[in-house]
Amino acid sequence: MTARHLGRVAAVALPAVFLGVFFLYPVAAIVGRGLTGEGLDRLTGLPGSASFRSVAWFTLWQALVSTVLTVVVALPGAHLLARHRFRGRAALRALTTVPFVLPTVVVGSAFVALFDRFGLDDGAFRMRHTVWAILASHVFFNVAVVLRTVGAFWEGLDPAVEEQARVLGAGPWRTFLSVTLPRLWPAVAAAASIVFLFCTTSFGVILILGGPTRATLETEIWRHAVWRGDLASATALAVVQFVAVVAMVVVANRLQRRRSVDERSTFRLPPHPTRRLLGANLALLATVLLLPVAVLVERSLSVGDGYSLRHYGALANRVNLLPVSALVALRNSLLFALVATALALVVGGLASLVVVHGRGWVSRILDLGFMLPLGVSAVTLGFGMLIALDDPPLDLRSSRWLVPVAHALVGIPFVMRTLVPTLRSIDDRLREAAAVLGASPTRVLREIDLPIAGRAVAVGAAFAFAISLGEFGATSFLPRQPDRLTAPLALFRLLGTPGELLRGQAMALAVVLMVLTAACVLVIESRGRFGSGVVRGDL
Amino acid sequence: MHRILARALSLVAAACLPVACGSGPATAPDPEPIADQAITLVTHDSFRVSQGILEAFTAETGVTVTVENAGDTGQMVATSILTADNPIGDVMYGVDNTFLQRALDAELFEAYESPALANVPMSLQLDPGHRVTPIDFGDVCANYWIDRFGDDLPVPVTLADLVDPVYRGLLVVENPETSSPGLAFLLATIAEFGDGWEEFWKSLRINDVVVTASWDDAYYGEFVSGGGDRPIVISYASSPPAEVIYADPPVDTAPTGVITDTCFRQVEFAGILAGTTHRSAAEALVDFLLSDTFQEDIPLNMFVFPASTTAALPRAFVDHVVLPEDPYTLPPAEIGANRNAWTERWTQIVLR
Repeated sequence: MTARHLGRVAAVALPAVFLGVFFLYPVAAIVGRGLTGEGLDRLTGLPGSASFRSVAWFTLWQALVSTVLTVVVALPGAHLLARHRFRGRAALRALTTVPFVLPTVVVGSAFVALFDRFGLDDGAFRMRHTVWAILASHVFFNVAVVLRTVGAFWEGLDPAVEEQARVLGAGPWRTFLSVTLPRLWPAVAAAASIVFLFCTTSFGVILILGGPTRATLETEIWRHAVWRGDLASATALAVVQFVAVVAMVVVANRLQRRRSVDERSTFRLPPHPTRRLLGANLALLATVLLLPVAVLVERSLSVGDGYSLRHYGALANRVNLLPVSALVALRNSLLFALVATALALVVGGLASLVVVHGRGWVSRILDLGFMLPLGVSAVTLGFGMLIALDDPPLDLRSSRWLVPVAHALVGIPFVMRTLVPTLRSIDDRLREAAAVLGASPTRVLREIDLPIAGRAVAVGAAFAFAISLGEFGATSFLPRQPDRLTAPLALFRLLGTPGELLRGQAMALAVVLMVLTAACVLVIESRGRFGSGVVRGDL
Repeated sequence: MHRILARALSLVAAACLPVACGSGPATAPDPEPIADQAITLVTHDSFRVSQGILEAFTAETGVTVTVENAGDTGQMVATSILTADNPIGDVMYGVDNTFLQRALDAELFEAYESPALANVPMSLQLDPGHRVTPIDFGDVCANYWIDRFGDDLPVPVTLADLVDPVYRGLLVVENPETSSPGLAFLLATIAEFGDGWEEFWKSLRINDVVVTASWDDAYYGEFVSGGGDRPIVISYASSPPAEVIYADPPVDTAPTGVITDTCFRQVEFAGILAGTTHRSAAEALVDFLLSDTFQEDIPLNMFVFPASTTAALPRAFVDHVVLPEDPYTLPPAEIGANRNAWTERWTQIVLR
């Protein structure tokens, strides 16, 4: 009894302490510092400032439109992945996580090259430095979030319900809108809220693709804090961003709780898709995801007049711009990603259990709190960690742990947003039956929750891993020793000096990063499926 | 954050000890022995040094150096100001004349006049109080794509040429609110035109200048080198040599050139961070940064010139890098006092 009690306390305490020490305390420290003195005046002066209002409005609407577009583009693919089996399904799933590791600069130039090729970027319709470029790349970066989290949930829904609707005479659209969508809602809301937060705080996309006249709260915080040395104004904006994000997360959580599905899928072998369905879906995904990627691959191979693997071979040699070779940077990134994923799984997993099984304010705060790192600017978090975690026993500023911790903070929301809806959808009667038959809570967890949620755990882990591999913002705000260079930072450095050689290496590094991500995601997911095959035969 | 308290206590303890222990008359303090000390050098992400150079310093003095990269120059300065009461290192290297005043205003540094300054031209010693020591310098200049110019379209020579209608639509610059070369170029125009800089930029806008947020977006997105269509870009005097050294396949001459009358000089400094507990070791490191060993290693790693006149320049560097004779400069104090107002005004003129 005491051991069980202790376990419960630990399950709550570990995530709570992690969130408190590594997120809330640093953010509070930097906000506290910034608001002393002029900061408060700046904050109260914001509503009256026309430029602030336009920045806030643009931040909001571009994020909203990006989110809606992402959901619309991703849902058909999620249906394909959830309801059909076809050759290459696992590979397609893994491929979709690739955009997460691609730096904005690289994706941006790929998009521009694409528009060039199709003649979209000349006088008549110039994509560069327009809001369209921002929206298109936000869809590119985030489509996987909806595709995967909704897809994993969709797989668990019983297709018999739709079939009954069809038998009763509903058309495919009617069936989707009034039967499928309402049941999918918790997962759609969860995914959309993540996408929305991501788009709210996206940085390079706005600055590079949007051009010099577009600004969001995120770019303005950075500009004031770093470029103008005006911490007071930066903090005032950071407070607004924080409050807005909390409000949005609260609303999103409401939407998500509104309906929790209470059903179990009957096992059946998913059908093969019709050729037309498969073709149409793949064409859509290919346009959004594969074309930019194909451009990168082409560039990484191109040398002078022809093609060669030369740039790939060069990755093992250190160019004197970088403190270590690109290969070492890749190894660093992989190590950081492994640690960050483990942290995200343990902390996010425990937090999910607390959210699903716990009641009261603790579970609600964890549910909300772990979403916040997605919506808080990298500047706020990075600078906050610098001034908060600077004393023993928590002098982590030059510790090798700080980077994985910062990455895990971004990964945890993914683990939770995939896990929580799935855990909620597990029929409580199943757990009760097990308990009645004498299973301990741990055993119930192991035999009921984990097998059913296995797919969701794997998807969450895959995201945490891919995000850590590609993370740039928070990493760049933490001081680091030269030999701990990560691959995205190396890529950024390579693109910071002229020369075909460096550019070729950067492209090759981007492609290796993509391939590595896809491969790791495949492994994580095939390992991470636990017993899900037993429950619903994931073939 | 408690380091100040700890230091105060240790000072009190040190002051009391000889008396309390009755260990005899106090002697003049020996120079603090620095062997076996470990110090941290805070620097920007562009910092590069050859293998063995910092090790040579350790062999000479016994002091080991840990390098911490803290982002670009602006980020490094912002980080150091935030952590001023508990600094992340002992010496900072890489603050330039555009950010210098901000760092000085925040009282980041302890004054130190290195004996090695004897070999550094006075024109680089921009802080008479020696709170910072010049280590290297380089230039931000307009670069052009050679093939696009010829008899029918001569290469522009001066800043004023850039508003000539024959160069309409050819120039790409970086936003001085978000990019270091962008700011340097704005400062060049202010140094050249004085109060007339606003008129110059109005004309430049009429002449269809394109603005990007960052250097890589300008160089790889709009400039010919990266596949764009604009043949003039704001970059560095060292960019053409980089085009040769990092060419693929190899080339003999750079496809780009520097317009030498458009350059703004950036000087990078090192300073001892206030609050260091390794003052003597930090002084030794600053001296070392001005030694020939380090200075001669600078050019091929960071593509800038060493500050010390005794350092020999590598052949490959001299062959390719242009050193403008009379680059634009502005006093750091003037930059510090006006930069936010200037960039705001610039935004009004060029972007709104």
